[in-house]
Amino acid sequence: MATAMNDKSLYAPVIATIEEAKMLTTTEKYFKLKLNNGNELGHKPGQFVEVSVLGIGEAPISISSSPTQKGYFELVVRNAGNVTGALHKLEAGSTVGIRGPFGTNFPYEETKGRDILFVAGGLGLAPARSFINYVLDNRGDYKDVTILFGAKSPTERFFTDELKKISEMKDVNLLETVDNGDASWTGNTGVITTLFSKINPNPNTTSCVVVGPPIMYKFVIAEAKKKDITDDNIIVSLERNMKCGVGKCGHCQINNLYCCQDGPVFTLAEVGQIPEAF
Amino acid sequence: MTAKTLSKENFKKFAENLVKSERTIGVKAKETKYEFGNINNADEIVMDYDVTLRSPRTFFQPPKEKLFDFKLGANTEIKPNIEADPFVLLGIHSYDLKALNQMDIIWDENNADQHYKARRNAATVIALEPTQASEWSFWGSMDSSTVDKGYDLLLTDIGNKYYVEVGTEKGANLLSKYASAEDATNDDNTARDKVRSELPNLCKADRKVKCDTDGITASMKNSYNNAIWEKLAEKCYSCGSCNLVCPTCYCFDVKDTIELDLATGQRTRKWDGCLLEPFAKVAGDENFRENRADRFRHRILRKTVYVADKLNGELACVGCGRCSSTCLPDITDPVKILNELCS
Ligand SMILES: Cc1cc2nc3c(=O)[nH]c(=O)nc-3n(C[C@H](O)[C@H](O)[C@H](O)COP(=O)(O)OP(=O)(O)OC[C@H]3O[C@@H](n4cnc5c(N)ncnc54)[C@H](O)[C@@H]3O)c2cc1C
Ligand code: SF4
Ligand code: SF4
Ligand code: FES
Repeated sequence: MATAMNDKSLYAPVIATIEEAKMLTTTEKYFKLKLNNGNELGHKPGQFVEVSVLGIGEAPISISSSPTQKGYFELVVRNAGNVTGALHKLEAGSTVGIRGPFGTNFPYEETKGRDILFVAGGLGLAPARSFINYVLDNRGDYKDVTILFGAKSPTERFFTDELKKISEMKDVNLLETVDNGDASWTGNTGVITTLFSKINPNPNTTSCVVVGPPIMYKFVIAEAKKKDITDDNIIVSLERNMKCGVGKCGHCQINNLYCCQDGPVFTLAEVGQIPEAF
Repeated sequence: MTAKTLSKENFKKFAENLVKSERTIGVKAKETKYEFGNINNADEIVMDYDVTLRSPRTFFQPPKEKLFDFKLGANTEIKPNIEADPFVLLGIHSYDLKALNQMDIIWDENNADQHYKARRNAATVIALEPTQASEWSFWGSMDSSTVDKGYDLLLTDIGNKYYVEVGTEKGANLLSKYASAEDATNDDNTARDKVRSELPNLCKADRKVKCDTDGITASMKNSYNNAIWEKLAEKCYSCGSCNLVCPTCYCFDVKDTIELDLATGQRTRKWDGCLLEPFAKVAGDENFRENRADRFRHRILRKTVYVADKLNGELACVGCGRCSSTCLPDITDPVKILNELCS
């Protein structure tokens, strides 16, 4: 159930205060938030909130922090238009409206005891991080953990400190690539699918979590299938236009599915045959 | 519940009393057509209309509706706007009532919408079985001639009087307060049954959906890749009129406005339409229903498959014919589409 909700109207947010704000790249800004009513957001990895800048509007944004972190939640916002642009102007101490958490979550319970392969493209790292950090905070509950992260260029990488820490962990395999390198970049170059040649997931024990821009899914799913990972173990998070988050406005429909309620997290078994999904 | 009758004369008095004491919305003539609106004088009321231009959904989900007021500042305030001004909705036809019943389910399921619910609860619905059909009506084929719930009172014209079925306590009270009704006799019951059985025939013979309504959803599911969508949508203007007139369209957009003081403002929702080009657009120039044909198909599939799924299989096209009559290139008539795809 949504904890950040006005009991008189589905559409009225509660107030949250920005505790920390910083630019991660030239287009992505990080926010650490706390609900003013003192409640825990109580989300599950993969869920999203509707964020309001009153007077401008509202946008769905994935929760980037793991629920294992208490007392606050984190968002990463790309400046893409009106609301996200207005959010970028806000600093610590400012307030925003929050509704949620909404939507389905990554299968963090069902995948306990399994290998997890994360495939995150660009901004997709922000939602994936809620599950990645959950897994890292409960490391003993999961077997092999592999993270593939692809960015367009080295300057578009974010959470670089955290990525560095993860790269030093002995029990996590982090592989990165950028589409186009630069002088500073010594790692892999090429699109994210090129990383699949470097891994050997066990199809019987692997759950593959894919989050990225719409164009990425087709190609990554094809690679995952080549590794014989079954449709019910391929998990995706889909983006749609959303005006309500509560199953009413109709904007987020993917044929018969409502992305805000039935998603945004789906298994490929659920959406693979849905014509409007990819 | 109980059944009563009202002579046409007594109905006139009932309407006069209603209009005097209650906010009454009913059907009035608008040039050669009909439209729901506020009734200030009982003489304005038209009871033998064929169809109204717009559906009565505007009284439950207004075209533009304030969701909340806000006040910015050190202590930001958010004040939800729930409107529950009581009104009587007089003369809504069976097919529109069927649509209203469907909307009751849609707005209530999962997350109950308090704005809709407050207006719905504030309404006293006096439904009316049609005495005429428009040249586009096909409710006779869509199981929408009669409806057995959702009304407080239900009127059937049985000649020199109205048969009045009392659906709720609220309806009973309204009737006893403003009218002198008589108990329905066996003859009245028989007369009403006869009128009812003939209702579907009010729709013109060429306005029949030839297939069985039970099979429509399955046939439509199988028609996803049919060439008909591209063929018809070639002429579509993406004007969204078919969305605006439909009693079972309810999608909306949300917008903020801020006053010149930059400290107060409101969030409102407005009707939106899935035929409009930006409906499924997101940032980064991605449009998930970029082609006209995809949007055109989406509306028809909502009526016959997607929304029907939420209604236990009941079709969300009630056969009012409004979209058929409003579509300038005449491509969106459900009768033609269903007859082509569901034979
Ligand atoms: C479940 C989910 C999770 C998300 N998570 C994140 C996240 O973690 N971080 C993040 O940065 N973003 C995230 N997004 C995307 C984010 O919601 C959008 O970028 C945001 O809504 C854009 O809103 P805006 O007001 O800033 O842009 P707008 O000003 O609304 O639009 C920007 C551009 O998008 C197009 N557009 C979008 N909507 C419309 C419309 N209705 N009509 C016409 N054109 C339109 C236009 O081309 C316009 O130029 C997520 C989206 C979803 C659905
Ligand atoms: S009314 Fe006709 S032309 Fe206009 S959007 Fe609907 S189908 Fe297209
Ligand atoms: S789809 Fe057309 S005919 Fe069917 S209910 Fe809507 S407006 Fe009426
Ligand atoms: S966002 Fe409104 S229905 Fe899903």
